[in-house]
Amino acid sequence: MSENKQARTVLREIVDSVYRRAWEAKERGEPVGWSSSKFPAEIAETLGLAVCYPENQAAAIAAKHGGQRMCEYAESMGFSNDICAYARISLAYADGAPCEEKPVPQPDFLLCCNNICNCMTKWYENIARMRGIPLIMVDIPFNNTVDVPDERVAYVRAQFEAAITKLETISGKKWDNKRFDEVCANANRSAAAWLKACAYCAVKPSPLSGFDLFNHMANIVTARCKPETAAAFEQLAAEYEQSVKSGESTWHYDENYRIMFEGIPCWPVLGSLFKPLKDSGANTTAVVYAPAFGFVYNGIDEMARAYCKAPNSVCIEAGVAWREDLCRENGVDGILVHYNRSCKPWSGYMFEMERRWRERLGVPVVGFDGDQADPRNFSEAQYQTRVEGLVELMAAANAANSAQ
Amino acid sequence: MFVLGTDIGSTTSKCVIIDETGEIKGKGLAPGGAGSDGPYKALDMALAEARIAQKSLSRTISTGYGRNLVDKKDGTLSELVCHALGAHALFPDTRTVIDIGGQDAKILRVGEKGRLESFVMNDKCAAGTGRFLENISRALNVRIEDMTAFAELAENKIDISSTCAVFAESEIVSQLAHGANKNDVFSAVFRSVASRAASLANRIGVMRDTVMTGGVAKNEGVRKALEEELNVRIYVSPLAQYAGALGAAVYALEPLTNDRGKIQ
Ligand code: SF4
Repeated sequence: MSENKQARTVLREIVDSVYRRAWEAKERGEPVGWSSSKFPAEIAETLGLAVCYPENQAAAIAAKHGGQRMCEYAESMGFSNDICAYARISLAYADGAPCEEKPVPQPDFLLCCNNICNCMTKWYENIARMRGIPLIMVDIPFNNTVDVPDERVAYVRAQFEAAITKLETISGKKWDNKRFDEVCANANRSAAAWLKACAYCAVKPSPLSGFDLFNHMANIVTARCKPETAAAFEQLAAEYEQSVKSGESTWHYDENYRIMFEGIPCWPVLGSLFKPLKDSGANTTAVVYAPAFGFVYNGIDEMARAYCKAPNSVCIEAGVAWREDLCRENGVDGILVHYNRSCKPWSGYMFEMERRWRERLGVPVVGFDGDQADPRNFSEAQYQTRVEGLVELMAAANAANSAQ
Repeated sequence: MFVLGTDIGSTTSKCVIIDETGEIKGKGLAPGGAGSDGPYKALDMALAEARIAQKSLSRTISTGYGRNLVDKKDGTLSELVCHALGAHALFPDTRTVIDIGGQDAKILRVGEKGRLESFVMNDKCAAGTGRFLENISRALNVRIEDMTAFAELAENKIDISSTCAVFAESEIVSQLAHGANKNDVFSAVFRSVASRAASLANRIGVMRDTVMTGGVAKNEGVRKALEEELNVRIYVSPLAQYAGALGAAVYALEPLTNDRGKIQ
């Protein structure tokens, strides 16, 4: 890693290199996989297999304004526009839809873990069928309890073992336990550094905008098992430490308010999303991705337990606790909830979460309708009114507090 | 001293002029929102009723969807705070405001002095908003103001979807095609709008006094259906449609007066 490059540049280059290696592997005739974001990345990394991440690819396509075109392509293939836009974009791409925004090699095998959501299962099954390629599935049952029971750990672990055997057959490579230990150590180091960097959101004023974390998520998803990712996150944390000392921030506006942004950003309309937040000085200082991807484990059983927990696979008690802790630690004044038309599982339990936050955190909570990748589901005027309402409520609460 | 509140909505423009005591001196309402001549017509009507010239206005605050598109004068404010202030000005004991406008439905929790405490708004869909009633009125060729009289004659309870404005419309057409009685259908339309607003209201809880504002408040049928759904009495002022503009005017007045409403 170069001394004078900023961590965010290094992090971006690492993600680029993941995709570059996938193209190189394809050229060499090696099999390339597509993986869901929270499939145990340690497995493919141990076997030295090149893997691409359709959710990350779809977000990039959407941010470059290709989302609607790709979604419409998928709809003309017969997929409903009620299906997650990431899935629609990916299905269109797998069908060969022209796409300049973020080309990745087509898959030779699929790694799907439904801890992310169950839409994922059908999405990957469709691609497997369309392209006639093997699908390796890790099924994570919904966690209706806060703790993961031992029998579930055994069930998930057994699936890890089956996945390893299948991948050995597909790739002709041999599993190496020593390499696996190294890879796990890297993943743990990345996660610890990620959590450390995210924790700087608690500093007032924050040395970062929480939206940075959405961008850096690409690394925790695509490259968490790589030592260079761990090093770059450590550098990022060190930079935030330095910014705290020098009073700088990646949020270049006032920090009059601190909010939790709940949900995935609307990638096609980031400018519209930011505008009222910038104008009112509302910095995002809490996003759930910190605890959702910052998991450290010891040994394969703990790894299985860790992969059982993702935003949409934990019960509402655990989901509320993750966010409440974040809001308390990071001192938020209000919460902005994205009711994401794409992501039914995530948006579905927000109504009840909202109610609990209002009651237990005593901060205003406001929701808006949108979509992470299909711009047709977002209305700027409606969003703006809701954010202004949130800001007015936060302003009134702050005024009442300072009058006391 | 006079101040002006304007509420440039999606389908209509409203203006209210108040004096330093908060008394309404002039009001105007014209069809057409931002980009139309509605705002100017509404202003002219309010000025004429108040018998003053525009230059006599000490301050102007704008609200509504079109607030950023008109001359911003002394500031803008979201319609959330404005409806809370406006409802409080009309009914001082207001705790919950149900505001159903042209394309929005919102439920406001209001504290002392009309302070907005919390709110929830509808999602993107037009179901449960004034736009839905307009569509039905157009599809069935019955004026909105006449629908209540029909609904009062309803004999049978039929249900139509409350989740999607487009589905509901086609459902209604097919109900009629299958011989459903028009009166029953209008009553179902009102219940559909009311049930949508009621489920929104239940998300933050309904407290007494409950007040309805916005264009749909004029509609007796919806108000009655909502009272039934929520099991509360709902107060509606004849000035319900002006609540947002009135709230903007009240807000415009605040920095100019002390607590007793005297000019500072
Ligand atoms: S956005 Fe939601 S629905 Fe789509 S893949 Fe992710 S978790 Fe699943």
